[in-house]
Amino acid sequence: MTATNLDPRGPRFAAMLTTVVFVLVLLTGSGWLALAQAVVFAIGAYDPRRTPYALLYRYLVAPRLAPPAEREDPAPVRFAQAVGLVFTVVAVAGYLGGVTVLGIVFAAFALVAAFLNGFFGLCLGCEAYLAIRRLRAGTPTA
Amino acid sequence: MTYVVLAVLAAATVAGLVYRARYGRLRASGGELPPGLLPDPGSAGVTLLHFTWATCAPCRQVRAVCADLAGDLDAVRHVEVDADAHLDAVKSLDIWRLPTLLVVDRHGRVARRTVGVPDRADLRRTVTEVLAA
Repeated sequence: MTATNLDPRGPRFAAMLTTVVFVLVLLTGSGWLALAQAVVFAIGAYDPRRTPYALLYRYLVAPRLAPPAEREDPAPVRFAQAVGLVFTVVAVAGYLGGVTVLGIVFAAFALVAAFLNGFFGLCLGCEAYLAIRRLRAGTPTA
Repeated sequence: MTYVVLAVLAAATVAGLVYRARYGRLRASGGELPPGLLPDPGSAGVTLLHFTWATCAPCRQVRAVCADLAGDLDAVRHVEVDADAHLDAVKSLDIWRLPTLLVVDRHGRVARRTVGVPDRADLRRTVTEVLAA
């Protein structure tokens, strides 16, 4: 257990807050709110412990919980945050560029991913990474 | 837009429940391993063949479950394969998601498989069945 590893409940908490943010983005159609979420993802892709959500978790939530039973490597979380960033940037471009449908579709994708991650513990990278690699490498032989 | 949000959340909830119900459940399988994938294919016993990826948190849990069982039972070994480095094997075994765990019998046939982290007791029971078969 090293200090650089994450309490796995932190990213789950962050994904729940992200879910709420994307619900608000869809309800208000605010590209600026999506942009703020994109900034959070960008920070998370660099270091998941430095996002505003992680700070909220560390100072408000974690002190009320028992210490984590296990800790996890930050690399998968950074990958997921980077994927979130890509989707959110497209949503921002859609909303602020006047192509609202694009904004809605990508915000909805991001909402589903954040919701499944936060509430069901789905590991987005684990689900998508190999499929992307396979499709990129050519048509499946199976 | 409220209805769109509610519909998206409802669909995601259904997907999440299905995902959770299937995750780590070992099911019957078939098929032979591609030649050369295992270092020593003729060895007796059961091989827990674990397809993994460096940035995959559940892969670490699968590693822990498999390593424990392999440590407990002499006839069981745990072999980890980096999916990225073995895309041909990944394709021929029809693997799309990680972590995928294959329970390989002594003849090199895939007896059971699962995506996700199997339950310890469930995996032990499955391995015992495959050993006895």
